[in-house]
Parts: sequence; structure tokens; C-alpha cells
Amino acid sequence: MGDLSAAFALALDLVLSGDPALWEVVALSLRVSLTATALACLFGIPIGAALAVGRFPGRGAVLVLVNACMGLPPVVVGLLVYLHLSRAGPLGFLGLLYTPTAMIAAQCILIAPIVIALSRQVLEDLHAEYDAQFRSLGLGRAAVVWALIVDGRHALATVALAGFGRAVAEVGAVMIVGGNIDHLTRVMTTAIALETSRGELALALALGVVLMALALGVNAAAQGARLAGARHAAV
Amino acid sequence: MTARGWMAAIVLLAAPPASAERIVVQSTTSTAHSGLYDHVLPRFERATGIDVAVVAVGTGQAIRNARNCDGDVLIVHAEAEEEAFVAAGYGIERHDLMANDFVLIGPAADPAGVAGLPIADAMTRIAEARAVFVSRGDDSGTHRAERRLWARAGVDAAAASGAWYRESGSGMGATLNVAVGMDGYALTDRATWATFANRGDHAIVVQGDPSLFNQYGIVAVSPQVCPDGNADDAATFVEWMLGLDGQAAIGSYVVEGQVLFHPNGQADAMPMRSRPTR
Repeated sequence: MGDLSAAFALALDLVLSGDPALWEVVALSLRVSLTATALACLFGIPIGAALAVGRFPGRGAVLVLVNACMGLPPVVVGLLVYLHLSRAGPLGFLGLLYTPTAMIAAQCILIAPIVIALSRQVLEDLHAEYDAQFRSLGLGRAAVVWALIVDGRHALATVALAGFGRAVAEVGAVMIVGGNIDHLTRVMTTAIALETSRGELALALALGVVLMALALGVNAAAQGARLAGARHAAV
Repeated sequence: MTARGWMAAIVLLAAPPASAERIVVQSTTSTAHSGLYDHVLPRFERATGIDVAVVAVGTGQAIRNARNCDGDVLIVHAEAEEEAFVAAGYGIERHDLMANDFVLIGPAADPAGVAGLPIADAMTRIAEARAVFVSRGDDSGTHRAERRLWARAGVDAAAASGAWYRESGSGMGATLNVAVGMDGYALTDRATWATFANRGDHAIVVQGDPSLFNQYGIVAVSPQVCPDGNADDAATFVEWMLGLDGQAAIGSYVVEGQVLFHPNGQADAMPMRSRPTR
């Protein structure tokens, strides 16, 4: 328990001292994971909605596949992205390996199945509820998808937060494609891995506490926005 | 913000940074985790304006990454593999850069009673006592050195894998954490041990044996194989590291009163390339 309390004290100390190195890492973590989440939602939610509404042969198999991909191991995603972005790989000419862009791509791939699968489930339930209404209005497919997304936005915000949580917490993918380069691609999780391998366990744990606080902050902000939105709608 | 505005913002955030003059060094972990680069690289960056990005992985992985042209310079510690890398055309030339030594660390109680023995005897005795030994098991430079030492001691440690011989399959620090947690012995380099914070009651039990010598080499990746690399700046970096400034910088890195890496690069041995005009 000594380690634990030391870690909390150290975490507080790190935050209060305004260590620029820490803020650099925190800012990159937020930038990478929020961007990856935004991108994954941009593509994932419409795909999820289309899967929720659409009926086509092989749909069941696609759903199983997407659901299974929620369990993609980050290291495997990291390796796949590495093999593509490596100079020896098909996309090597882009020169993206060891950049935040590569990390965003990896996290986006990692969480896209989560966003697709969860939004499909949420919107399918919603669709079942409103199906008769949509029919009576004679809405087209695209209009139905849009109406579902707008109506399900609160649940979809939770879907986005689940994706963000997975992205900001993973270390395997960003370690491989980012390289944990100081001042360039070091994020909270790779910094924690680095301090652990230096044997600085209290510092590693302190960074973990900061990361948790960060996740808490993002979730609180989302909750705040939701409440504000609900109040606005009520007026 | 409009939907288009949001899209633009996301694209902007995802865009890669403008590439300054930058080289990527694929490196073994000990040099990075011990803080050597934090001490040396700012001097190089001040002197030349070239940014150095260090990717610290095990020697085996560093060489594989460099073979994929994902690095401009290699700093590792497995001379035979470095020479093979050059012979295969991936590297221009291998140079000695600096050296330190491996140490055997173990619990203070020293259950196998190896303290102060020559390394070969120590390893034989660990095997006989079936005392826990935690190996990197990851094809790193330290792992290769360790296997060499087992072979020299005439012990087939791999046969006991899972019994007293435990392969962590991970980096040096993670392996040391395991060794400390399991009250086991482990081979590590002096720099990593000197800067390792979670030593528990472990200490160095064997050191100073000539066969524990640990040589680090530096190799610039060949622009013939990797034309998209930054060969000019890589050559500048290798020259600087082997030159007076780099060697002095390495030698002046002191932790707890000891020099962690002894510079032994030979700038004279290096054929001067024709400097590109900038």
C-alpha cells in the first residue's frame, strides 16, 4: 500500500508542478485518442446505422465479424499498421511511421469495430421502436438512418466514449507504430510502460492516476454537454 | 462549427507534422532507458540542428526495423548481427561506439552461492542449484550474450525453460521486474542496472569477468537499400558520435559516480565521406 499512496502523492505533485513534459504527453494522448474516436465515429456510426436498418444476405455473418473485431488485440492492430506503413510496406512512401498520424490510424482501426457494433445495436433497438412510425411517414432509407442517428445521439455519445476509453487506454498499437519517441510520439500509456521498464513503479502508477483523471475529465465533459443539451431541448 | 468545419478540424489533427530535418535511430533499450540519449542528443541537436528520434526496442527488433528501412541509424550491441546487417547490404559500415559490461544480478540471499565467482562457474552453479534465472528470451543483445554465456558454461538452459529457467520474452526492465519479483537471477548491463529503480533486495553478484564485456556498435543504414531515408544527416550523426564531441559526451554521462558507457569509437578508422553541400 505504500507504493499506492506514494503514487497518488506523486500524481498530485506531477499535476500541480505543471511539468511541461507531462502536459506534452497528456496533450498528445488527448489529441491522438480524440481524433481517432472522432474518425471512427464519422465512419462507424453511419455504417452501424446502415447495418441496423439494412437487410441483406450475409448480414448475420457481417454482424458476427464486426462483433468479433471488438476484441482485436492492440498489438496485432499495431503490427498490421506497422507492416503497411513501414518503408518496406505498401504505404511506406507516405513516411507516416513513427508519427502521431500513424497512431491515430492504428487506434481508429482498433475502435472502429466497437463503434460500429455498439451503434448498430443501439440503433437497431431504436429502429424497432419507431419502425411503424417511419413507415407511416414513408421515409426513405437515408432519412431513416439520419433520424435514428439524431434521435439516438445520447446513446451514441456513450458509444463514442466506449471507443475513446479503449483508445486512450491501449498501449500495444501506439508503442509499435509510434515508437514512443520523446517529444514526438510519447503518450500516457507508452510513458507508463517506459517508467515500468525503468523500475520507476511509483512514477508509472502516478502517470496511470493522471491518465484515469484524464478519462474522467473527458467523460465528465461529455456528460456536461449532454445535460446542457437536454436542458436546451427542454426549454 | 459546421459539419465541414468539424471534418477539417479532424483532418488537421490527424495530419502528420511538417517533417523537419530528422533522423530515426533504432536503438537497444539500455542506452535510452539509462538516460544516455537525454544527456548526449541535445548536444548533437544544438551543434547540427538535426532532430534525432530514438525508437528504443530490443537489439533484434531494432535490426529488423532497420532492415525494413524504418531507421536511419542503428545503435545496438550484437556485433555478429551488426556485421551480418552490413554484409547483407543494409548498413554502410559498423563501428565500435562505446562499451560497458554485463552484470549478473541476484537476490541478496544468493541461494545458488555464486557471488564473486567467474561467470561460467556462476552459471553452472545456478543450473545445478536449479535456482530461478529470468532470461529476456526475446532475441535481444543481452539475450544473445546470455545464451553465449550458457553455451560457454556448457549448460543447456533452454531445456529447463519453464522450470528454473524462465524466459520473460520482454524488455530488460520488465525482465528485471520479474527477476526481482521471483527472487531470481538475471543478466543485465551495468547501465540499465545502475538506473533501475525497482531493485528490491537484489544486487550485483558477479561482475568484472572479461567475458562479460559489452560492446555497442553504430551503423548508418545504406541509402542504396533505403533511398527514402535521411542518409546525409545519418552520416553526420555517426561522424559526430564517433568524433571528439560525441565521444566526450558519452564519457561524461555519469550516474551515481560511475561512467555508464565508456566511449571507444575510432573516428580515424572511419573513411571520411564527401560532405554534401547544403
